Amino acid sequence: MEMSAGQVTALVGPSGCGKTTILKMINRIIEPTSGRIEVGGRDIQGMDPHALRRGIGYVIQQVGLFPHRTVAENIATVPKLLGWDRRRTRKRVDELVEMVGLESEMYDRYPAELSGGQQQRVGVARALAADPPVLLMDEPFAAVDPIVRVRLQEELRSLQAQLQKTIVFVTHDIDEAIKLGDQVAILDVGGALRQYASPEEVLREPANAFVEEFLGQERGLRRLSLIAVRDVSLEDGPTVSSDAGSAEAKEVMAREGVNWVAIVRDGKLQGWVWESELEPGRKMGDLAGRPFLVRVTADNTLREALDAIVTSHNQVAVVYDGERYAGMLTLNRISENLVP
Amino acid sequence: MPQRTFLATEPLIRWGWIWDHLDEIRTQTVEHFILTGIAVGIGFAIAMGLSIVALRFRRTYGPVTWVTGVLYTIPSLALFAFLVPYTGLSTLTAEIGLVSYTLLILVRNIVAGIDGVSPAVREAAVGMGYSRARLFVEIELPLALPVIVAGLRIATVTVVGLVTVTSIIGQGGLGLFILDGLRRDFYTPLIVGSVLSVALAVVIDVTLAGLERLLSPWSRARTVS
Repeated sequence: MEMSAGQVTALVGPSGCGKTTILKMINRIIEPTSGRIEVGGRDIQGMDPHALRRGIGYVIQQVGLFPHRTVAENIATVPKLLGWDRRRTRKRVDELVEMVGLESEMYDRYPAELSGGQQQRVGVARALAADPPVLLMDEPFAAVDPIVRVRLQEELRSLQAQLQKTIVFVTHDIDEAIKLGDQVAILDVGGALRQYASPEEVLREPANAFVEEFLGQERGLRRLSLIAVRDVSLEDGPTVSSDAGSAEAKEVMAREGVNWVAIVRDGKLQGWVWESELEPGRKMGDLAGRPFLVRVTADNTLREALDAIVTSHNQVAVVYDGERYAGMLTLNRISENLVP
Repeated sequence: MPQRTFLATEPLIRWGWIWDHLDEIRTQTVEHFILTGIAVGIGFAIAMGLSIVALRFRRTYGPVTWVTGVLYTIPSLALFAFLVPYTGLSTLTAEIGLVSYTLLILVRNIVAGIDGVSPAVREAAVGMGYSRARLFVEIELPLALPVIVAGLRIATVTVVGLVTVTSIIGQGGLGLFILDGLRRDFYTPLIVGSVLSVALAVVIDVTLAGLERLLSPWSRARTVS
């Protein structure tokens, strides 16, 4: 099994599948009974375990901050072990506090004074302190509440976009694995590797019955969360220019098979009207249109676009590029992306 | 005339006696403190060694607590009587006895304190590259400090009391006044010895408690959920 540098490899599976064991073998907390593990092309069996560990960031579920040390001292743990001088350490701690989104007044607090989410941010900062190329994360967000978890996941994603670390991420949550992993390794009880592929491929073509069952009922929806709106071609939708008359609007509705039409003025959406509200002889731009309430941008996922569709009167997701109208997504268009 | 009548008319404390013996009182208080300090100091060093062995080789913990437990249960008078033929009426005899009474309390608290360190903290430390020795000194010991100091306080108070018993082998610090008072049916030195040894125990206890607060500010950190 090879994990690519600069990417997130998510190890996922039920308890007893050995995902944590694999992780702990990488920093030699657990020694393998047979086989070889290489990090950056070097066999780790030949390395001093303490030196190896100082070069690998380690984040665990219960965080394990040192209760007798302040936030700043906790973050400075590995630099201290490596013997960095004070000024360099201090500078690095400043950077990290900022990077993980902590406030600087937390420097001198003790871990017991922080919330669970803040503690895990400190945990991540501490793991990144000596800028290790490899980061091991053992269910880091499993112990925080769901709202904080989503936020920490987002933060990790944007952090990773900047840092390009080689991350091995253990989780029992398939959604988390799909969301964060560039590659997903699905493990079965007893340590059997059932599939190792990109999240997209795992969802599209589960390699076997185990993977299929593990992915659960909502495979299609999960795949949608991997596709960005920018990656699909949008439809123009039932739109007319503000200069058009009601006859043209009727034509558009008939062509699109809907009973409403959106009005576009200078590239911006003015609103939309029902067919019954059309007034012959008046320009479309003169009608008082209703605004579209749910907006989608190119950065949203198709899953979010789908949510917009099912909650709108018009059953479309309206895509904006800033204030400008970019196009629409319909149910048909979205499902075309799942079933080519 | 029976002697009792004479004693009844005697005041409980004769301040004149205290005034005349101020120097001796001061010397014996210091002596008492030193005997206690040596006993707890040596006891702590031995207990730390035993604890490290017990923590490293778990199977030795049972025998270690058994032996120190037996020492703890031997009556102090009997222990001193037993030692005198070998080590004489010496400070050494006194200290051997005193040290042996500190071991059980100290070993138990050191081991319990280190065991109380959260496994997550230990795992994180090992995962970041702490060696075993550094983990012990920089992480485990500081975190066990409140429990260890609690043991030290009990041991110290116990020893302050036991030092008075060593007066029967000619040591004893403030115990000498108590013994003197008992022998002569004379209350003043008896009271001076008792009150000062209690006061000494309280002062040392409060000082250790203060020291612990000073050294582990983190243990009072407010918890937020």
